[in-house]
Amino acid sequence: MAAFVVRRLSSMALVLFTVSVLVFAVFNVIPNGDPAVRMAGQAPSDFEIQAIRQEWGFDEPVWVQYATMMRKLATGDVVSYFTQANVVDEIVRGAPHTFSLAIGAALIWFAVGVVLGLVSAVRAGRASDRLITVLAVIGVSVPGFWVGALANHYLGFRLGIFPNGGYVPLTENPLRWAYHLVLPWLTLALLLTGVYARVLRTHLLDTLSASHVQAARAKGITGRQVLLRHVLRNSLIPVVTLWGLDFGVVVGGGAILIEAVFDLEGVGQYAAQAIGDLDVPPVLAVTLFGAFFIVVVNALVDIAYAWLDPRVRPR
Amino acid sequence: MALRRLRRDRAALMSGLLLLLLVAACLAAPLWARHVARTTPVANHITDTVILDGERRDVVSLDGIPIGPTWSGRFFLGADGNGRDVMVRLLYGGRNSLLIGFGAALATVLCALVLGLVAGYFGGLLDAVIARGLDVLWSFPAILLGVALGVALALGGLELGPVTIEGGSLLIPVLVLSVIGIPYLARPIRGQVLALREQEFVDAARLQGQSALSIMRAELLPHLTSTVIVFLPLVVGNAILLEAALSFLGAGVQPPQSSWGNMIGEGVQLVTSAPHLAIVPGLMLVLTVISLNVLADAVRDALDARLNLRLEH
Repeated sequence: MAAFVVRRLSSMALVLFTVSVLVFAVFNVIPNGDPAVRMAGQAPSDFEIQAIRQEWGFDEPVWVQYATMMRKLATGDVVSYFTQANVVDEIVRGAPHTFSLAIGAALIWFAVGVVLGLVSAVRAGRASDRLITVLAVIGVSVPGFWVGALANHYLGFRLGIFPNGGYVPLTENPLRWAYHLVLPWLTLALLLTGVYARVLRTHLLDTLSASHVQAARAKGITGRQVLLRHVLRNSLIPVVTLWGLDFGVVVGGGAILIEAVFDLEGVGQYAAQAIGDLDVPPVLAVTLFGAFFIVVVNALVDIAYAWLDPRVRPR
Repeated sequence: MALRRLRRDRAALMSGLLLLLLVAACLAAPLWARHVARTTPVANHITDTVILDGERRDVVSLDGIPIGPTWSGRFFLGADGNGRDVMVRLLYGGRNSLLIGFGAALATVLCALVLGLVAGYFGGLLDAVIARGLDVLWSFPAILLGVALGVALALGGLELGPVTIEGGSLLIPVLVLSVIGIPYLARPIRGQVLALREQEFVDAARLQGQSALSIMRAELLPHLTSTVIVFLPLVVGNAILLEAALSFLGAGVQPPQSSWGNMIGEGVQLVTSAPHLAIVPGLMLVLTVISLNVLADAVRDALDARLNLRLEH
């Protein structure tokens, strides 16, 4: 088991390393991407460009530049090419915004998804069944940023029921924090609730016909207890797994568009702006931040599985 | 049971019909542009006027608000901030969105098939390298990767030996989207090939002296067709959605060309003064992707394929 964990963690490090190299490479091989030229402003002289190149080390070999960048990133000294703002500070500032969005939305889509899945499994073939199918199809077919923008316009701007975007820190005013996040949460949750209900329903129906459930029934346990204790518990495992993975994806950049639409000023929105300017340090840092969450959650899920079920452990 | 299946089929039939209709409408874009709207998707009419209910009105008012839907002839669905005909842009944009969606999906499927077959069949070091590569792509935050690649390529274009792609080319979003999509498809295919490889008919083919290439083509590929058929509409739908997301962030189809994605993006900017600019292309996109997904659902039921595919957008 220990060997498995070590191997899983080392492959994680390898993946993160490759991601960082790739991002750095993409921005270094593009034509017209020379940061020195764009940092020098309008109509720069060759001398100015040369000076910037030397000051920032753009004249050194690419791998030296990469090593310098990663060292600075590790010590938290890395700054943006254009705003000179410290990148790590910016990410630390944006992270609570992104997490507030992701955690709230994840709780909503999980809770609603489980309830809907449970109801539709118990009453298979009825209206609730059709409802989750429709919800699931809508969830995977609708661009979240479009729904978000329209909701923000009509419910926020026109009717004034919700605030028109923006973020209030939790520590400042918990009520206003939640009030500002309700629409973003619901928008993000809309995309996934139906899928969760559907996955849970499939697993519930499978488990309902399993032998240990029939045994429990035969013992004379009431229907509700069988459902909650023997069926739901088992069927929740794959749903929780999925939930972990999706949470990683949302934190790791999946929420960029929602952040931008509702002007939440999270990490994703920061990255989107930086990419537009071809500002390498923030892009690299945020991509690593995002990839880190995705990879860590993946590893945790694998390790948890191996711990729960020895059959999965390779050798 | 039979009744339920029939209803399912009817939904599939209707969504298939809807999809055909949408494609046909987009194909007819030049007809509408030339004979009804009498303009082109990129022509500005910012200083023009149009007669509405016997009244002469500016296409774009003096304070910059474009005209809403006229429901007739010119500016059927209104104008955008530059005084361009939204209906015409919608149809031409649909061509681009559909082209990119289908193009990217086909490229994804082809690459994923090759990678999955090679990795799964040969195993060993080759498999380890490919599987690690897919892991890396998979761990990339999809939208970040897409936006980074899209912006970088749109700015500088791409020069790969003799091949040069201009910065504004539609091939760039196709390329970006197919790269993003590959791991989602290549991983399940590799898994399937790994399982198939152990079966007797593959051993038999090998003992007959068939080459690896012909085993992959003649023995393994046919087993993968149902996977591909089920995935294809899903991948198309997802590519269209992702194109919209990238265009919204300025990394997809580059102006002045239109796509549903960049029309939504422009519309969101002007949503307070002219909400039709965001609503109309969004509805077209949603209708298209819903019909693709319903179709995929029905196909999966029909083939009774138990597959798990997770796409993100």
